[in-house]
Amino acid sequence: MLLVIGCAVLLGDLTDGQEARTIVNISLNAMLLFGVFIAIFVGVGLVSKEIEKRTVFAIFAKPVSRPQFIIGKYLGLCLTLLINIVVMGLGVVAALAYVGDRELVFSIWGAIYLIFLELAIVTSVAIVFSSFSSAALSALLTFLVFLIGHLSTSLRDLGQALGSEVARIVFEIIYYVLPNLQLFSFRSEAANGLVPNAEMMLGATAYALVYVVIMLAIAAFVFQRRNFK
Amino acid sequence: MNHVIEINNLSKDYETGFWRKRKVRALDSLDLNVKGGQIFGFLGGNGAGKTTTIKILMSLLYPTEGMAKILGRDISDVQMHSSIGYCPENPYFYDYLTAREIMNYFGELFGLSTERRKTRTEQLLTSVGLSEKDWDRQLRKFSKGMLQRVGLAQALINSPEVVFLDEPMSGLDPIGRREIRELIVGLREKGTTVFMSTHILSDVESLCDEVAILRKGRLAATGNLTDLLSETGGTRSFEIVVSGVSPVALNEDLTAVAGATTAFHPSGARIEVLAEEDIDRVFPMIRKNGGRLVSVTPVKQSLEDLFVRETKADEVSA
Repeated sequence: MLLVIGCAVLLGDLTDGQEARTIVNISLNAMLLFGVFIAIFVGVGLVSKEIEKRTVFAIFAKPVSRPQFIIGKYLGLCLTLLINIVVMGLGVVAALAYVGDRELVFSIWGAIYLIFLELAIVTSVAIVFSSFSSAALSALLTFLVFLIGHLSTSLRDLGQALGSEVARIVFEIIYYVLPNLQLFSFRSEAANGLVPNAEMMLGATAYALVYVVIMLAIAAFVFQRRNFK
Repeated sequence: MNHVIEINNLSKDYETGFWRKRKVRALDSLDLNVKGGQIFGFLGGNGAGKTTTIKILMSLLYPTEGMAKILGRDISDVQMHSSIGYCPENPYFYDYLTAREIMNYFGELFGLSTERRKTRTEQLLTSVGLSEKDWDRQLRKFSKGMLQRVGLAQALINSPEVVFLDEPMSGLDPIGRREIRELIVGLREKGTTVFMSTHILSDVESLCDEVAILRKGRLAATGNLTDLLSETGGTRSFEIVVSGVSPVALNEDLTAVAGATTAFHPSGARIEVLAEEDIDRVFPMIRKNGGRLVSVTPVKQSLEDLFVRETKADEVSA
């Protein structure tokens, strides 16, 4: 991340008068990508590796229920992601201070919060897949959900534009079932000094909360029924 | 009678094949009751269903049929697990943690205080024979025997009322086995019920009050070990050890005693007869051939005999 910030500062030098904007743009996108990388690759291993390595045997003999295990794993990774993102955010702040921009120092935190909400959703999806499939397949499926989640509004529009009722229904289902991650995209706006309004923040928070609760309930339900041979 | 473990009609089918259509019955209508404060040996050959039973009791597997209770509470009751301990066969732990850290972690899952966790960790790691210099080493650097010791220690972190040990002697050297045997006896003295599966029959004979033998998922025999050995055979034969005897002549005479077998060695012979009255018939033969009686010992049925007979009963009847 430090390297990315360093590159952003160097690139900023090349864009006359746009150093701060370039730094924020590159850093926030890198923050999302690194976060998603951690959420997917650590998230999918959280449950499946415990089963593969049989560490669950000793844990479930203790007074720990399976839903507690899933929630504990999820919250642990979310806390790691939060710390990671805050440290990265402080790095961006340091870079902005270096180029002498004070305005963006405060306005980026709204976008960073939305990135965290997006990562929280991706982690919950990773945990759902991890509760019933292998780490490799879970990683692939979670990455696909992440990609489609950024295109879901476009896919819904496409379904309506195609004129087919079947296509419309299929894309409508995808739109409602998969997370709409565009709700959390405020990186370019933050680079231009904009701050997400209260309505957007509350809406995104509520959406993330509901989605995460549903995902964790599914993961706990699936995991509860598993036999550990 | 106060039973701490009650198993009723417990069955488990494993679904196999690509479409999971084929079912293999690993455990078949098991009924078993275990009294408190004793060491209970759970025996059976490979694939007999011992580990499946223990995993069902630990809620790692769901039974296809039947139910089980531990300490009067259903096995699905998570809080019941506060009063039990479990050491899996070939225990696996987070290998980047040290022995002290894993004990502390499991202690936290039981909600033990920091002071209690520290005290129990030190007590238990000492009692399982893990030297203090290894307490702060990562588990990935541990041998199989050392991991087994940590597995036993973690099973006792909460001072359980019932402890389940799946092959607890696995991977231990003779000194380790003796230490663990002493530990298990110590648990019984404190009133803890120990339910252990093992293949090491000498450990069962020296430790267990009651046993159950599984055969192909079904209960083949259960009860007090002494009763089981006596009611299913008691004294099997008599061994007569003699010295200074002439082998050829004695062998000829012994043909008159049905079932008598002889093994000669440079200083004498070992004669095995099936009935007590055969001993009186053999004595004159020994004297006649210049032999001197060294000892007469009744040969009792061993647990090994019982185990082999019970686990192979199907093959014999087939």
